[in-house]
Amino acid sequence: MSAKVVTITSGKGGVGKTTATANLGVALAGLGHRVVCIDADIGLRNLDVVMGLENRIVYDLVDVVEGRCRLRQAMIKDKRLPELYLVPAAQTRDKTAVSPSDMIRLADEIRPEFDFILIDSPAGIERGFRNAIAPADVVLIVTNPEVSSVRDADRIIGLIEADEKGPGKLVINRVKPEMVQRGEMLSADDVIDILAIELIGIVPEDESVLVASNRGTPTVMDGGSLAGRAFNDIARRLLGEQVPLTLPEASLSWLQRFMRALFGSPNGRGG
Amino acid sequence: MGGLLDKLFGKGSEQSAQIAKDRLQLVLVHDRTNLSEERLAQLKDELVELISRYVEIDAQKVDVFVENDRRASLLVANIPLVPNHRVHR
Repeated sequence: MSAKVVTITSGKGGVGKTTATANLGVALAGLGHRVVCIDADIGLRNLDVVMGLENRIVYDLVDVVEGRCRLRQAMIKDKRLPELYLVPAAQTRDKTAVSPSDMIRLADEIRPEFDFILIDSPAGIERGFRNAIAPADVVLIVTNPEVSSVRDADRIIGLIEADEKGPGKLVINRVKPEMVQRGEMLSADDVIDILAIELIGIVPEDESVLVASNRGTPTVMDGGSLAGRAFNDIARRLLGEQVPLTLPEASLSWLQRFMRALFGSPNGRGG
Repeated sequence: MGGLLDKLFGKGSEQSAQIAKDRLQLVLVHDRTNLSEERLAQLKDELVELISRYVEIDAQKVDVFVENDRRASLLVANIPLVPNHRVHR
């Protein structure tokens, strides 16, 4: 048994990489897998606060790379789940403190003991991104249905292909079904037409994500939220399960449902 | 019935999702190939000149563009030849 290394990246910042990493980590651990999340965003660490583990940091990724501690000592155990760990990024250093070969070496060191190693990539296409994808077996590209993040996703997909990391799999995050319905937001079909890669998940815009990050309890933990369910589905697809790819529609109001029943889909596609 | 809905909600102009899709498809051709509109026009002119040395073509109807097939970019050129009987009349 050897862990699968999954890198979560995007090109553009603020599209939901860290939220996706935290929630996929929780979802996979909740499904009984041994998971390590590594924050590769050195200098701008965030995965610790989104996961609610910021008060327990002693050592970080740069301490491991520079030999001040062993990797095991830098791994913070999330006590809410049986086998979920975080390796935090350093806050006071920059991305050049770690190299792609360091990342490959660290991943190889823990591969035998885990099922998944999730790496939260920084935004951009420079060193931090190179570090994050170096050990990847699978790359997830997070995008929003919006022109600038789709454009950056395309650039990232090109770089990943040039690096022979496969075409990557797409997560479309922060979809507003009612805007798609009105023809005022790119649908998942539109984004897939443009980027031409495999879609692994559609996550609706959901207030529960912000509430969850306020509390430091990723939304998958409270089960019922739309975004939480979508991340759980992505986790199951990563495990090879066939889970239908549909846009959650629970956020349509009764009026929208009524109008749709009466007039049909206004632009002829459900997304 | 989409038209009725549009009237009900006062939508006259093209829906912005379609505009976004069209704009992205155009900009990505250039992002992926590093071939600007200007360079493409230059390529077309030189292509016309080169091919004209071998065969008579209808320069006005030459069309050169980049097309995407999945993630591959194709340079497509439609170059109508002038029929032989017209050349030698």
